[in-house]
Amino acid sequence: MTKTENKDVVIHIDETLCKRCGFCIEFCNTKVYEADQDGLPLIKNLDQCTNCRLCELRCPDFAIKVEVVNNE
Amino acid sequence: MAVKLSYREYFKEEALPLMWCAGCGNGILLRAITDALADLEIPPHQVVVSTGIGCWGKADDYMKTHGFHGSHGRALAFGTGIKLGNPDLHVIALMGDGDALAIGGNHFIHAARRNIDITAIISNNFTYGMTGGQYSPTTPLSYKTTTSPIGVAEPAFDVCSLSEECGANYVARSTVYHVTQLKRFIAAAIQKKGFNVVEAINTCPTHFGRRNIPGDTVEMMNYVKEISISKSRYEKLDEEEKAKHLVTGELVNRDRPDFLSVYREINPAASETGRGEGK
Amino acid sequence: MSRPEGIQLMEGNHACAWGAIDAGARFYAGYPITPSSEIAEVCARELPAYGGTYIQMEDEIGSMAAIVGASLSGKKSFTATSGPGFSLMQENLGVGIYQEVPCVVVNIQRVGPATGLATQPAQADVMQARWGTHGDHPIIVLCPATVQEMYDFTIRAFNLAERFRTPVILLSDQVVGQTYENISLPDPASLKLVTRKKPGVPPEEYLPYQPDENLVPPMAAYGDRHILHASSTCHCETGYSNFKYGTNRQLLTRLKDKIYNYLDEIIEVEHFGPEDADVTLVSFGSASRVCKYLVGEAEKEGIRVNLLRLITMWPFPDQEVQKALANTGACVVAEMNQGQVINEVNRVNTTNTPVHLASGIDGELIRPEIIMTSIREAVK
Ligand SMILES: Cc1ncc(C[n+]2csc(CCOP(=O)(O)OP(=O)(O)O)c2C)c(N)n1
Ligand code: SF4
Ligand code: SF4
Ligand code: SF4
Repeated sequence: MTKTENKDVVIHIDETLCKRCGFCIEFCNTKVYEADQDGLPLIKNLDQCTNCRLCELRCPDFAIKVEVVNNE
Repeated sequence: MAVKLSYREYFKEEALPLMWCAGCGNGILLRAITDALADLEIPPHQVVVSTGIGCWGKADDYMKTHGFHGSHGRALAFGTGIKLGNPDLHVIALMGDGDALAIGGNHFIHAARRNIDITAIISNNFTYGMTGGQYSPTTPLSYKTTTSPIGVAEPAFDVCSLSEECGANYVARSTVYHVTQLKRFIAAAIQKKGFNVVEAINTCPTHFGRRNIPGDTVEMMNYVKEISISKSRYEKLDEEEKAKHLVTGELVNRDRPDFLSVYREINPAASETGRGEGK
Repeated sequence: MSRPEGIQLMEGNHACAWGAIDAGARFYAGYPITPSSEIAEVCARELPAYGGTYIQMEDEIGSMAAIVGASLSGKKSFTATSGPGFSLMQENLGVGIYQEVPCVVVNIQRVGPATGLATQPAQADVMQARWGTHGDHPIIVLCPATVQEMYDFTIRAFNLAERFRTPVILLSDQVVGQTYENISLPDPASLKLVTRKKPGVPPEEYLPYQPDENLVPPMAAYGDRHILHASSTCHCETGYSNFKYGTNRQLLTRLKDKIYNYLDEIIEVEHFGPEDADVTLVSFGSASRVCKYLVGEAEKEGIRVNLLRLITMWPFPDQEVQKALANTGACVVAEMNQGQVINEVNRVNTTNTPVHLASGIDGELIRPEIIMTSIREAVK
């Protein structure tokens, strides 16, 4: 499980559920993800994440959870 | 602050991983449906999903609502009995394009004509996924499938025009790319009384994509994204371009009375609860 | 129209419809076909007043599907048809059996295949009623022979369906369905009606396919807090798909045992005529009425004949037929087809009793002469 945090957002990726379709990598507008050699999404630019959650909704395998952490 | 319901109230998380192929949009559609139910806060026991047979027809195995999985093409016919047996239920029929429009075409047109209060969610991936990628009534003319190796010779149905002609109350088309729109349309369809259709343009990289779209799962999704355009953009296209696109949006939204309302009006003795005893 | 009461001159199909209503049926889905349509017509007219619903589906595939659906929503439901429609119902009948859905299917048999001698009588759907849907499955089939039995057996069919959580077929024919006879309608309050067992556990503990000690699982309805997952896919107690080795065997075995372990509650035959006979007629439905007449006629020729009438056709009354064969000189199976029940009779014929066929396939009630000829042959 990859878990990366910036101040507002945590993204969990369940590697066992991920089928490496590449949707999250391709369709994130701010290019938060990059693929490893295997096609698994790696979270590379979390600070660019706008928390739109589209990657979670578009993941066909329920492998992504985008969570907002309240630091206050 | 009121706690919003989560899709997890409806989605059977313990059944993961899903049985579908990498890049199959069925999981996206399932998420949109369970999110819509959560937004509407409908208790799971007031919902019945009635599925057809096919890849999409496996969706009931991932739902925690009441479920029904019957025979190929008949989700609406079973659903009609389910609804009339207990009119308080929200009945949602989940069907593939072949399931709803080939073998189930007769039930589909009559469910729409009757305007029975059921929400039909059609996964249109332009092919028979489950049986290995044969052509379906929505495969675009000349596209390749396992049973049309050179190209299909039959023109395709327009699911939404068909639904409109037959009398559906609400007809909308979206795609598994346009996820927030998709969820919005599904919620609207579930809320509305009458026969309501949401056509979800879906990906089948394994069969449809492999034979017709160069590239991988991502290119399959790009295809879905690119063929789908709004009505205003569509109307500006020339005829040749129009033939290559599908209009997305809420295409019909009207208020014909549903079957049961008319039935009760004509047969005033039919009680509201369906439990009253006559003479 | 209000419910007819007491002694009435009534058509068989009307008696069937009133039997269903009195049994508690509140949902009918069907598609018109002669000689069964009067059942639909009575339901369309009468059900609303009982809080019930009639729907005319687009075909019999949909009709069968709709009654399965309505039953899962908690309503006693049924449909009626004839051979062509019965053929279309087969796939979804199998769904109903596999999902254990109580409902009743009435088949007013006519000559086939296809249009045949529409709409003249036949009894040629005996094996279709047993094996028409694909795959291994049990089925309960009852054969009425009179208008009174159209009423009584319809109620019994609902009771068996609810008791065993399974579709039950009322296998009648054009003669019985469209004959007018005097019948006696009981006070509905006096009827013993069976209703499916509801779950006795809290919703979170409910497993929709966990059987009771009698092998029948208590049944929630859609809309209950007890979540019901009914699937035509191989399933375990949860109702959800399960493809583990052994699951299908376990399920199919239970479906069979829940019925075959309780045959004494299901099997019914009628003995008519002298106890000891030269020839025993085995028959059912309208053909058995001709047989009853012939018991007396044969006596005039000095032949002692009795009748074993099959009321339950399926499960087949093996023991009763076997016993009758052992106690007679010869047997004549009288049926309005080219020989379906006779194969079952021969299957249980451990005493090598000579068995003859009297076959009526002329699109009319079997002529006495056809059966008489077989009787005479049997005593030669
Ligand atoms: C009566 C019957 N005929 C054929 C089949 C085989 N069959 C199973 S699924 C299917 C097609 C499914 O295609 P579609 O409805 O488009 O759904 P998808 O698999 O693409 O989601 C067929 C033909 C069947 N199960 N039952
Ligand atoms: S969208 Fe989901 S399944 Fe596809 S690559 Fe990303 S995490 Fe994996
Ligand atoms: S939430 Fe939006 S911006 Fe953030 S990674 Fe997902 S798709 Fe990209
Ligand atoms: S075959 Fe096509 S429709 Fe079926 S699971 Fe695979 S991608 Fe999805």
